[in-house]
Amino acid sequence: MKEYFSNIWVGLSTIAIGMKVTFKHLFVPAVTIQYPNVRVELPERERNRLYVNMDDCIGCDQCSRACPVSCIEIETVKGLPTEDLGKTSNGKKKALWVTKFNIDFAKCCYCQLCVFPCPTECIYMTDVYEFSEFQRNNLIYDFVTLTPQEREQKKLNYQKFEAEKAAEKAAKKPVTPAAEIKAEVKVKTETPPPSSDNSQQSNLKEPGENKGS
Amino acid sequence: MMYDFFVDLLGNEILAAIVTGVPPLVFILVFVLFAVWLERKVSAHMQDRLGPMRTGWHGYLQTIADLIKLIQKEDISASANDKPLFNLAPVLVFAGTYAAFAAIPFSSYYIGSNLDLGIFFIIGISGLVVAGILMAGWSSNNKYSMLGAMRSAAQIISYEIPTIIVVLTVVMITRTLNLHTLSEIQTGYFWNWMIFGGPTAGLEKFLLIPLMFIGFLIIYTSMLAEVNRTPFDIPEAESELVSGYHTEYSGMKFAMFFLAEYANMFAVSAIVSVLFLGGYQSPIGYLGNLFDAPWLIPVEQFFWFTAKGTFFVFVQMWLRWTLPRLRVDQLMALCWKYLIPIAFVNLIIVGLITVL
Repeated sequence: MKEYFSNIWVGLSTIAIGMKVTFKHLFVPAVTIQYPNVRVELPERERNRLYVNMDDCIGCDQCSRACPVSCIEIETVKGLPTEDLGKTSNGKKKALWVTKFNIDFAKCCYCQLCVFPCPTECIYMTDVYEFSEFQRNNLIYDFVTLTPQEREQKKLNYQKFEAEKAAEKAAKKPVTPAAEIKAEVKVKTETPPPSSDNSQQSNLKEPGENKGS
Repeated sequence: MMYDFFVDLLGNEILAAIVTGVPPLVFILVFVLFAVWLERKVSAHMQDRLGPMRTGWHGYLQTIADLIKLIQKEDISASANDKPLFNLAPVLVFAGTYAAFAAIPFSSYYIGSNLDLGIFFIIGISGLVVAGILMAGWSSNNKYSMLGAMRSAAQIISYEIPTIIVVLTVVMITRTLNLHTLSEIQTGYFWNWMIFGGPTAGLEKFLLIPLMFIGFLIIYTSMLAEVNRTPFDIPEAESELVSGYHTEYSGMKFAMFFLAEYANMFAVSAIVSVLFLGGYQSPIGYLGNLFDAPWLIPVEQFFWFTAKGTFFVFVQMWLRWTLPRLRVDQLMALCWKYLIPIAFVNLIIVGLITVL
């Protein structure tokens, strides 16, 4: 009998306690937010969509190689000796035309490993995190600033240049093979190269120097 | 009374009956629109959320948007359904609820039908809801619906016993089943309400207060079970039965069940407030009497009646987000081991007090 009444008492009193708790929560400010109107402030070092500043990109391919999921695709074409590609913001000379710089954000795992190797700090994380698409292909971002025609043009230019050089070599070879070796030695020792003929060759070597540095 | 007034006005009893039936229907629709929104806001804020916020100020048009969505929905019925019963069930459930509103006094000037057997009629007509629910469960041809309907029927029938015993307790004091008279008896200030012993005086009132309070708790609990609200929502227990007897329903038929559920919540709250809290009577006197404006009194009475009903609906929501669901055996134990014996003892003591 005692248990019976204590059951009733426990039942009623615990309901009262529970109701008190829920009533208090009725006036607690909501912890949720109205998302598209109100946004949570992102942490300082958040990792979201990548951005590539193509003005600074030298086409060194280091980000692509650092990528664990191979989502960055880079193709470059050597610039012609006559062309001036300008300098990056931290003073590095650009030597390559970047004809393809695709990042596939469907593959990207937002690990930020591509950001650190970049010698010119031109690839970095932004605070954009709303970029869903209906087509998976739309997630492949093209960062190259050149138009498709220009890209083709740069490739053709270089092929033409190579062909001309090869033809030149082929023309020179049978006459004086020794003279050419001498010229190469000259280029290595002389800085800066004075004649236009030599400067062509030194320009072509620059990418190699870059990789070494 | 409204009905007599319309009979005089229109000269036709059938027309008058139809016209008298419209205000409760309008009231139900408006109240359900409000109650669904309230339920969502209360549940959201009790869980530290915001709830609907986009449709209008704090989402007050959300229910209308939902209603438009439900109207647009395809009327799906499975091939194995018992079609006539399947279509009849939601109508029957709503009819049972709507009929209960006929005997509820909204104010001293408005009561759908001034029955001498008011409370008896309401309890009797509520049985129609059980029939509708069983019909819905059976005709759905779905084991979850069937189980939900069986549980619902068992629950409603067993909880009707403590309800009726407590109603008898009140009726023994007031000596009337007419809800209008019952409300009129509790006139004056709030100490004349039945929960404070009614219009009795002296020692009798003093003895009645605790007994009436116990009766109030019992009837509120059992009424909560009759409308299948948490903690007694085992007929539509989401985690066990999908959503019970209305699992197979969609679109407007589902909306009918929804409408009936919320209308039932108000009907039950209204009955509790008529029996124990003076119905449409104001607790603190009327402004109409103060300013000598008799036309203001029915308006105030309607306000107090809706306020009391809405408060109890709010308490139902409050309990829903406080308590977990009872198990079937706990549900039956609560009814048969606790509510019914206590209600009987209460009945006998109150009977002795009124006789002596």
